[in-house]
Amino acid sequence: MSRPTLFALQVLVAVVCIVLWQVLSTVPVFGKILLPPFFFSNPLDVFSQIVKWFVSGVIWKHLGITLTESILAFVIGSAGGVLVGFWFARQPLVAAVFDPYVKMVNALPRVVLAPIFALWLGLGIWSKVALGVTLVFFIVFFNVYQGVKEVSRTVLDNGRMLGMSERQLMQHVYWPSALSWMFSSLHTSVGFAVVGAVVGEYLGSAAGLGYLIQQAEGVFDVAGVFAGMFVLSAFVILIDYGVTLVERRLLVWRPTASDGRG
Amino acid sequence: MSTPTAVALEDAKVAFRLGDGRVYTAVEKAHLAVAQGEFVAIVGPTGCGKSTLLNVAAGLLKPAAGSVRIFDRPLAGLNREAGYLFQADALFPWKTALDNVAIGLEIKGTPRADALPQAQKWLTSVGLGAFAGRFPHMLSGGQRKRVALAQVLIRDPKILLMDEPFGPLDAQTRQVMGNLLLDLWNADRKAVLFVTHDLEEAIALADRVVIMSAGPSSRIIGDWRVSLARPRDIFEVRLDKEFHELHREIWSVLKDEVMKGYAQSTQAVEAV
Repeated sequence: MSRPTLFALQVLVAVVCIVLWQVLSTVPVFGKILLPPFFFSNPLDVFSQIVKWFVSGVIWKHLGITLTESILAFVIGSAGGVLVGFWFARQPLVAAVFDPYVKMVNALPRVVLAPIFALWLGLGIWSKVALGVTLVFFIVFFNVYQGVKEVSRTVLDNGRMLGMSERQLMQHVYWPSALSWMFSSLHTSVGFAVVGAVVGEYLGSAAGLGYLIQQAEGVFDVAGVFAGMFVLSAFVILIDYGVTLVERRLLVWRPTASDGRG
Repeated sequence: MSTPTAVALEDAKVAFRLGDGRVYTAVEKAHLAVAQGEFVAIVGPTGCGKSTLLNVAAGLLKPAAGSVRIFDRPLAGLNREAGYLFQADALFPWKTALDNVAIGLEIKGTPRADALPQAQKWLTSVGLGAFAGRFPHMLSGGQRKRVALAQVLIRDPKILLMDEPFGPLDAQTRQVMGNLLLDLWNADRKAVLFVTHDLEEAIALADRVVIMSAGPSSRIIGDWRVSLARPRDIFEVRLDKEFHELHREIWSVLKDEVMKGYAQSTQAVEAV
């Protein structure tokens, strides 16, 4: 299928959905409106709400807050994951001792930590950052741990035979291997950083996209809730696109599925 | 012998502890000397421990008994005089061909600016001058072996250890690589210990062919001198009458071991 055709079909899906939504929420079918406006609002209202946010500029502050929280959560969580992942992979004893606790904390649904973080860190951005960190940390940690442990035996022996010291092995073998594993989970970890931020905001805050949605919901403003959701999706897609660009730059050496003939 | 011995294994025994506590003896009483500038090929049936022996010479494995001497000095730790060409892909996948070759020098502390032109020279001499910017996954199996060869040779090791380096390649590429190896080796005649299961390849390349018995507890059971004239061309040397006679002679010994090796490997499967 050619690109323009594909794009046209993709747009068609959106158009059909929106038109159906608009029609079913405004035009009675057999004397009954199938999507009551109170619960479903309608696309025009949602759209005008989004436009209002952007025209008045109020949305930028919330987007900025959510973005800041996501970036902080990602950076702190990744740094921690890389450090601890490396440490555990190089010290099997430490890894063995902490193993049950790591599993235990990871098994915990992170949402239940949100009230504690709000209690400890207040309603500002740091309680959201903390929630995001707990999500990002484990993804990066497991990947780095795996990446360091699964370095090819042959590549490692080759490094040794070429005369690499432990430090040089770290720099030329372990580190790139761990990074490649970490980058392969970049989409997931960035996604979770955003989830942490938004869920944190939703549960208690004074700014951010999650706050916006929670506020709208509090006054039964369904159009506001949907508008917040759409802005949030667009925001995540943009971030995801950015990640794809970064990934392409950093993982040039990796075979992709299309040239996997190798 | 007047020339110093590059690699000397004296009564080397290699054993592994198995998971259930038993000890598996891979190689027993191996006695092998490689003189400076000599090309020695080790041939043996599958699972006879020829790669194990090579890893002992490299210092990657410690012998359970016996000694390893490199240029008349006992080997402690890794063999720093040796370059090792692995059977499996051993290039750093995240480095370009050029960086993969240059790293050999950079490890020694050569500044990158000096290492890169030399690496480019080595890539050209293995016929990959135009592929410097490619990553390993963009190269064919034969091209990756060429890069690996350049990566090892740029460090100018005194000894070359090769573990079925051309094993994964197709028949024609193997012969081309064999000729390339002989050309490069002819330039400065390093001591080479070359492990292969291919007797023809061994005779075509080496000065001496060493045969190992089937494992476990395999021993060296034969040692033939190959007096075919050098420089050789692998394609043509196979047509030589002397080549055929030698091949027949060695094969008569090797054949029994190959059969034993197969019998043992099937038995081992049944035992499991």
